[in-house]
Amino acid sequence: MELKGLIAPPMANGDVVFDEPWQSRVFGMARALCEQGMFTWDEFREQLILQIGSFTDDGDYQYFIHFFDALTLLLEKKQLFSKDELVVLSEQLAARPHGHDHSH
Amino acid sequence: MSEESPQAIRAEALESILIEKGLLTAKAVDDVIALYSERVGPLNGARLVARAWVDPQFKKQLLTDATSIVESLGFEGGQVEKLVVVENTDKVHNAVVCTLCSCYPWAVLGLPPKWYKDPAYRSRIVMEPRQVLAEMGVGLGSNVEIQVWDSSAEIRYMVLPVRPPGTQNLNEEQLAELVTRDSMIGVEVLVGVEVPGEAS
Repeated sequence: MELKGLIAPPMANGDVVFDEPWQSRVFGMARALCEQGMFTWDEFREQLILQIGSFTDDGDYQYFIHFFDALTLLLEKKQLFSKDELVVLSEQLAARPHGHDHSH
Repeated sequence: MSEESPQAIRAEALESILIEKGLLTAKAVDDVIALYSERVGPLNGARLVARAWVDPQFKKQLLTDATSIVESLGFEGGQVEKLVVVENTDKVHNAVVCTLCSCYPWAVLGLPPKWYKDPAYRSRIVMEPRQVLAEMGVGLGSNVEIQVWDSSAEIRYMVLPVRPPGTQNLNEEQLAELVTRDSMIGVEVLVGVEVPGEAS
């Protein structure tokens, strides 16, 4: 199994479902926001269907990128957040020195 | 410069922004991940399967009204609006897909495997199920009918796999350990257990 040991969730009968930790964070964010009433899971699901449905090139399909895009688009629709903030902060984070936050 | 992928950075940025705005806490995200990776998981489904194997009355109930059973057992994770359990036999093999997106019975199977969301699986399992199942290691005789169930937001499906041979002496708990997630999606057939002392 690829990436075994890197995230290795302790599942009794399953295997690794996330390729990278950020994917589980994004999944966790969506569920937590839903549980806190920021949107309904149906609203999120509909947005996700739109994202996945608009994807045509099978060559580079990455489910969690669509999942992430669906989440940010829905948050924008709800006026809870703007993509500009995301762009600015992402640039700042990308400029950090190597090895800044290896807390795990 | 950071070695993280641009997508990992965007995810981190999003989480920071949402926490900053008070919409989210890191702990809430941690809790969700722990819930789905440890407590929900396919073990819930495995327990249902094992019990159905040893208890004919329970099996009947599971095949007619799985939703009520899941509700009464109070599995965490929600998202099982209506759960339908379909039984594999030596004549019929069932497999589950969501052709639209990735609807999946989380409360009984945990998080879906990566390939479940793959466009190739989602389209091909409907078009050429026998071929796809063979590629996934499930070779079925031509006399076995294949039924593919398309999950939706309203109805989620789970497969009740065939009880493997050589398991007559196992109790419910031991049986549950044999049941894999893939067998409950219908892309694996459980093989018999080797009896200690007889296997080489």
